[in-house]
Amino acid sequence: MSIKVQNLTKEFDGKKVLDNISFSVEEGEILSIVGFSGSGKSTILKLLCGLLQPDSGVINIEAGDVAMVFQYSALFDSLNVFDNISFALQERKEFKGKYTKEQIKQIVAKSLNTVGLSGIEDKYPHELSGGMQKRVSLARAIVTQPQFILYDEPTAGLDPVASTVIENYILRLRSETKATSIVVTHQMSTITRCSDKVIMLYDGHIVFRGTPKDLLKQDNPYTKQFVSAEIEGPMKITAEGF
Amino acid sequence: MANLEFYIKQTITYQVTVMVLRHVKEFFETFGDIAYRFCQVMKYLIKLQINIKQVTEQASRFAVDSLPITLSIVSMTAIILAMQIAPEMVKQGGKDYIGLLVALTMVREVGVIMSGFAIISMIGSSQASELATMRVTDQIDAMKVLKVSPFQYLFLPRVLAGFIMMPFVVIIASTFGIIAGGITAMFSAKDVTWLSYVTSVWQGLYIRDINIMLLKSACFGGAISLISSSCGYDAKGGAKGVGIATTKAVVWSFVAIVIIDCIFAVSFYF
Repeated sequence: MSIKVQNLTKEFDGKKVLDNISFSVEEGEILSIVGFSGSGKSTILKLLCGLLQPDSGVINIEAGDVAMVFQYSALFDSLNVFDNISFALQERKEFKGKYTKEQIKQIVAKSLNTVGLSGIEDKYPHELSGGMQKRVSLARAIVTQPQFILYDEPTAGLDPVASTVIENYILRLRSETKATSIVVTHQMSTITRCSDKVIMLYDGHIVFRGTPKDLLKQDNPYTKQFVSAEIEGPMKITAEGF
Repeated sequence: MANLEFYIKQTITYQVTVMVLRHVKEFFETFGDIAYRFCQVMKYLIKLQINIKQVTEQASRFAVDSLPITLSIVSMTAIILAMQIAPEMVKQGGKDYIGLLVALTMVREVGVIMSGFAIISMIGSSQASELATMRVTDQIDAMKVLKVSPFQYLFLPRVLAGFIMMPFVVIIASTFGIIAGGITAMFSAKDVTWLSYVTSVWQGLYIRDINIMLLKSACFGGAISLISSSCGYDAKGGAKGVGIATTKAVVWSFVAIVIIDCIFAVSFYF
């Protein structure tokens, strides 16, 4: 259950956001994609889960379900937590009629228990804190037992403690589901605690690939600038962001 | 050469041409998107992949939420109409035709088109802003990742609800309009009685007119939901994008129902 991406290119309005990108993630691995804003990290996730089509290149995902945890949770605000988590089980064609109501209740309860949020089935997204919304989003992602989980800045906007909780769940989900995961993040703690491999993007290219330890060595001018949060360096501020 | 290009771009003719071409392009893009989504909706409808719970919920919203404003607008229009024509008709010796005139106006045109306008402002704008908010907060992307088609889950129930419920709303509103017109005529003109008004209504109304009204209103309902959902679905950006999508939905829906109205008038009464 690996992901292989070869020579991926994507343009928006004539600007190459991704230019000939290649990388792979082996089964059960967690790959972190880092880089400054506008470097194309989220675009990679959208391409991997089929929300966007590449201009050229090949995405090879071995047969399996892909789930995604969105940056701002993207919970359906007109549905309560139970309906949000069971949405795929109730509405997706391949699951329709597969489970009884009682079984769906059990699956939802188990998913919520996995993210430490039992008993909130009747609450609506606006009644939950940001951290809780992220965890419900995690529960919704794992309810179909996906082989691949994509996280788009899972700790964005959370306090350090809530971030640590989310990081723990990412690790826990990996050990429980054996899912292959890709995490887009800016947060160093997420990179160092959760990742097996890291790639860094700048200007549509991969400018670093290695382990989290390699990233911290700072022998690459790009990683050095990123880790030490310096304004001066090879990565320049542009009109589109960094 | 560069200077010449710069000066050409500064001219009003150039800027107006660019603006017109941009609007023409946008028009065809929007029209194409709506047509494509209509085909998608029909695909799921033909396959009978209908979420009954969603259809019921949307139908309830469509009818219940819109009824008070629709009744008010159509009744007020009928009152204004009767207030102005009843005294004149009596003067011209046509008091026995007041009911006929009000009923025909209500059933053939005013009841349907005014209900359409009320529903666009009440339901169409709400549908557009709801889908636009879902778009800008990634909820529609989340739905796609969960492998549930937005056309099946969001579009089809709304279009179906509009198609089914709009005739009910229009028939209730038109009935109220005719009654309100009658009461107004009795108060605003001498010699007009309730009996003469009702007799006149029955003389002028044909089942064919009512059938056309029902069909036209069903088309209005479906078109309003489809256009509103489609405009909302295309929203970009944040709060501003939601506003733009909602405005676009209202404008396109207004234009669409007037065009559909013209098509019906030419097809059945020309």
